[in-house]
Amino acid sequence: MATEYTFPDSAAKTAAAAPAPEKMTISMGPSHPSTHGVLRLQLELDGEIVTAADPVVGYLHRGDEKIAENMTYNQFVPYTDRLDYLAPLANNVAYAIAVERLAKLEMPPRCQAIRVLICELARISSHLMGLGAFGIDVGAWTVFLYTFTEREKLYRLFEELTGARFTTSYTRIGGLARDVPDGWLGRVGAFCDQFLPRLEETLALLTRNRIFLDRTAGIGVIAREDAIAYGLTGPNLRGSGVPLDLRKDRPYCGYEQYEFDVPVGTRGDCYDRYLCRGEEMRQSVRIIRQVLKNFPGGDWYARDARKIFAPPKDKILTSMEELIQNFMLVTEGPQLPPGEVYFEAENPKGALGFYVVSRGGGVPWRLKIRSPSFCNLSILPKVCVGAMLADIVSLLGSLDFVMGECDR
Amino acid sequence: MTATPDAAALIQERFPQVAGRPSGDWPAFNVPADQVLAVLRTLRDEGGFDVLTDITAIDAGPGSSPRFTTIWHLFSTAGHTYVRLAAACAADAQPAMPSATGLWPAANWHEREAYDMFGITFAGHPDLRRILMWDGYPYFPLRKDFPLAGLETELPDPDVAAETAAKVRAAPLMGGPFVAAPGTTLDEAEPRAGDQSWTERTEKPR
Repeated sequence: MATEYTFPDSAAKTAAAAPAPEKMTISMGPSHPSTHGVLRLQLELDGEIVTAADPVVGYLHRGDEKIAENMTYNQFVPYTDRLDYLAPLANNVAYAIAVERLAKLEMPPRCQAIRVLICELARISSHLMGLGAFGIDVGAWTVFLYTFTEREKLYRLFEELTGARFTTSYTRIGGLARDVPDGWLGRVGAFCDQFLPRLEETLALLTRNRIFLDRTAGIGVIAREDAIAYGLTGPNLRGSGVPLDLRKDRPYCGYEQYEFDVPVGTRGDCYDRYLCRGEEMRQSVRIIRQVLKNFPGGDWYARDARKIFAPPKDKILTSMEELIQNFMLVTEGPQLPPGEVYFEAENPKGALGFYVVSRGGGVPWRLKIRSPSFCNLSILPKVCVGAMLADIVSLLGSLDFVMGECDR
Repeated sequence: MTATPDAAALIQERFPQVAGRPSGDWPAFNVPADQVLAVLRTLRDEGGFDVLTDITAIDAGPGSSPRFTTIWHLFSTAGHTYVRLAAACAADAQPAMPSATGLWPAANWHEREAYDMFGITFAGHPDLRRILMWDGYPYFPLRKDFPLAGLETELPDPDVAAETAAKVRAAPLMGGPFVAAPGTTLDEAEPRAGDQSWTERTEKPR
């Protein structure tokens, strides 16, 4: 275990130090279809072989952590939508739980069940997007059309639940923005029933597809040790054979009540990561069905969070106490105790962590967002070296990152 | 590898001078800066904390000393627990920390980010460049004396800057995402403005 790590020189450094005439440096991105956003890869090529890779990130840096230090806790919820914008509901939940841990709040069962439900729906929607884009990257257009049809159905459900398709902002510190609409749970169940056969049909386009196998099997292999050492999380880590899933290992939101399997890969190549995502969608449906089967009644917000969660509207209009409470919450924000908390949730892309440092009051002193895409991309300089240029496209597709989250 | 990592017992046994740190969740320790690497190595090799989850920093604000604190979060894939280490940077003007890149390659980007945002230099880092801001950006944005609105700077590309005479300008974000009504200063309009270090009414600190 006494391992020491060294790093290969960056592409810029080697090019500056010893310009090799037979080598070529190219810039892949920031606007390249396979970079899924604004990732730029500075690649040093020897023919078709990549000899050094230098990811350049930060094109989408908006200073979310700085912004968080200047607003109240609930005001930051919409900003969490824009981290991993392919799974905003899961980000909302992760952020709310982090702050609730700081406030030492326990959520009632109904709130937790809704949160599990939306996290899993977000996982399906994110994986559908990742799968479709991965398909396009390696030349399988059809998959994209299939997955987007299903994703559209999910977005209708999200719109009905939150009022927005994309930027949902659904959670609040101490609860949710609103309860589930009438009949919505039934529509989620109906979605699951028709989704599973569609999913099998979609995956069948790729799983035994000879071209897809040639493009992904044995390509972009990430060894188990490297995956751990570089801090990979989510399907990228599990694809390399590490059975780590925070929903199982550090359950939150009552995930321990639900039965599901954690798929792991054996070889850590692009194909294994694809298989993991496919199976995770099946398992998500399994979780959703269990949630729907025993959907708890009762409160959907923490009733004891009186200084944190806004009081019910009818009370605000009729009772002095609640009116003052509402006014204080709007002007000064929920008052949280001093302390520091680190919470990670198993998001579709990996472990999304929030490190909240509070000095008391309504505004965090420091809020660090540990984004899975950022950590997952940091392994690129290692795995790109020695790969063919065309395989970089498969590799990027299989890593399924989101730059909004990476750059924050 | 140790089956059930107990960070507290391990650190107390091996590093009796390391003090605990108030924490709302996981075991946390304040470590002297010169012992950080030894503690991290012990936790990795003997405690089973094999994943470096995160490195970040906290700025206590200008005028406080020690001003910068570096934070490490470790995770154990066997025991599924976290541990938090904190080390205060001795110098407030030129904060520095030893680099953990020899222990975890994951530290590479995290340390670059902490350098980029706070200006903490990590001694021994192989390639300490900015990561989110562009090379040559003159400020450290997450320091508390950097205003939320930003500061006017040159564009990263000198050719474009010469051609367009454009600059990176401060955004009207002070006090929150909503633009205040005309005729009022933004910090008046937004009672929740947390960034009081430099507003329209108080002079920019020189």
